[in-house]
Amino acid sequence: MLTIATGNKAVAAAVRQVRPSVIAAYPITPQTEIVEQMAEYVTRGELDSQFIPVESEHSAMAACIGASITGARTFTATSSHGLLYMHEMVNWAAGARLPIVMANVNRAVGPGWNVWAEHTDAFQERDTGWLQVYVSTVQEAYDTTLMAFRIAENESVLLPVMVNLDGFLLSHSMQSLETVEISDFIPPLRLPHAIDPENPAGYGTLTGPDAYFKFRWDMERSMRDSAGVIRETEDEFARRFHRKYGFVDEYRCEDADVVVVAMGTLGKEAEVAADLLRAEGVKAGVMRIRWLRPFPRLDLAGRDVVVIDRDYSFGFGGVIAKSLAATARAEPFSVIAGLGGQEVTYDDIAEFVRTRSPGTEYWFGVNDNV
Amino acid sequence: MFEVRIHSRGGQGGVTAARLLALAAFRDGKYATACPFYGAERRGAPVVSYVRIDDHPIRVYSQIRKPDLVIVLDQSVMDVVDVLHGLKPGGVVLLNGIGPYPLQGFSSYTVDLTGIALRADLVIAGSPILNTPVLGALAKLGIVSVDSVKKAIAEMFSDPRNVQAAETAYRELVV
Repeated sequence: MLTIATGNKAVAAAVRQVRPSVIAAYPITPQTEIVEQMAEYVTRGELDSQFIPVESEHSAMAACIGASITGARTFTATSSHGLLYMHEMVNWAAGARLPIVMANVNRAVGPGWNVWAEHTDAFQERDTGWLQVYVSTVQEAYDTTLMAFRIAENESVLLPVMVNLDGFLLSHSMQSLETVEISDFIPPLRLPHAIDPENPAGYGTLTGPDAYFKFRWDMERSMRDSAGVIRETEDEFARRFHRKYGFVDEYRCEDADVVVVAMGTLGKEAEVAADLLRAEGVKAGVMRIRWLRPFPRLDLAGRDVVVIDRDYSFGFGGVIAKSLAATARAEPFSVIAGLGGQEVTYDDIAEFVRTRSPGTEYWFGVNDNV
Repeated sequence: MFEVRIHSRGGQGGVTAARLLALAAFRDGKYATACPFYGAERRGAPVVSYVRIDDHPIRVYSQIRKPDLVIVLDQSVMDVVDVLHGLKPGGVVLLNGIGPYPLQGFSSYTVDLTGIALRADLVIAGSPILNTPVLGALAKLGIVSVDSVKKAIAEMFSDPRNVQAAETAYRELVV
C-alpha cells in the first residue's frame, strides 16, 4: 500500500506487521510517537502483543530481556538519555544473545538540554555487541526495521539490532511510504537457548574467566557472521520487494575523485551536494554508511575523502573519520557537523568538499581548524 | 522543486497543514515531504513548518531558505517574524485575514480562514481549525488539485465539516 508517513510511524507500521509478543517501552522525545502508535495498535486490537508501560528505560530493556529469554519476539524504542539510562541492560541483551530489536531516534545528549539530531547517543552503545544500522528516509526506516528482525533472529547472529533514525529530521518528517506484505520473509523466532521448564538451566550466574572469554569470542564470531546474514537478507528483501540496500549506500562513486562519507539524513542531503559539485566539474560521490556495526569495508583507495561526523569522541575525534583512517587507510578531511541538530545544508556539504584539507579536523560553525 | 514555508503559532495546526499539503501533493502523484521545524515552542509561540513538492524523490532535509510560497496562518506573527525572509522574487504569500494585503514585489492573497472555521463551528479547545480550510485556498492557487485536497483531508479527519471548510475557502479566495 502506498501512503505517506513520518519516520516514527513507518517504524511502528513495520513492527506491527512483524507482531512481537512483547513491547516494553517508555516515552521520550523524539521517539514517543513510536510507542504511542504501538500502544494504540494494541488497544485497538490490531496487534496481539503484550504492551508493558514500564517506569523507566532500564526497566524497558529489562522487560524485553525477560520476555526474550522465553523465546518471545520483543521490541522497544528509545532515544538519547533513555538509551543511556538502559545502558547496563543494553549490554546484558547482547551478552545474553537475545535478538531484541530497538528503534533509537538519534538525539543529542545533555547538558545543554537538547532534543535534536545527533549520533553520539547510539555511538556510546557501539561496543556493546548490538548491530547498529542508520537510515535516511521514511521508506528505509520501514524496510530496515523489517529486515532487523530477520537478521537479529538468524541462528548465526542472535544479537540485538538497533535501528537508528535522526530525531525530528526523519522521525517527524513525512514522506511517501510503500508498505509490503511480508508473508514468510520473517520466519517464526526459534531461540535455541530459550527457557524450557522441562529442562531447567541456570541463566546469568557467575561465570569464570575461561567461559566468559569464550562467550565474548562467540559474540564477535556472530558479529562477523552477521555480515553475511545482512547481505543475504538485503538481497532477499530486494528480490521480494524490489528495494536494494547494502552496508553502504553509494551515490555516483564509480568515477569519483572525492567521496563524502556520512550517515543518516546528512548522507542523503550529501547526494544533492555531489550533484552540485559535478555541475562545477568536481567528480564527487557519496558513501552513506548504513551499518556501523558490523563496521563496513569502504573502498577509498586513491580518492580524497570528506567524512562528516554527527558525533564526537572527546580527546579522540570524529568516530567515523578515525574508524576509516584505521580500517580503510584513508586520510580524511574530518568535518564535525550537525551536533545538537545544527543545521547543515547541501550547500554547506559542497563547501566542505571544495575547501577540504586531508588529514585535518574541522568543526563546522566554529571558526577554527583544529 | 516547489518549496512552501508555513508560519503559525503553536496550537494553530501549522504542522498538520504541512502534512495535509504534502499528502495532497502525494495524491496528485508528486513526491512531497513535510518537515516541521521543532524548536522549544509551546502553545502560542511562533512556529514554522516546511513542505517540499517535486516530480523527483526529495533528498533535502535542511530548512527551506528560498520558498516559492509563504503561508501565514496568523498575521500577528508578522510583528515578530520576517515572514517574507528569503521569499523568491515574485513569490506568493497566502494570508489568513480579511481584505487585500499588498506586498511590493510579491503576489499576495488573503482568505478569512478563521471566519470560515468559526462559521463551520470547527473549533478545538477554543481555537478555530485553520489547517483544513487552508488546503482549499491552496487548491484555488493551483498548488494541489481539489480532488487530492478532499482525499487528503478525508484520510486524516473523519468529520465532513473539514472538507466542507476547504470547499468554502476554495470558493471565497479571489485569484
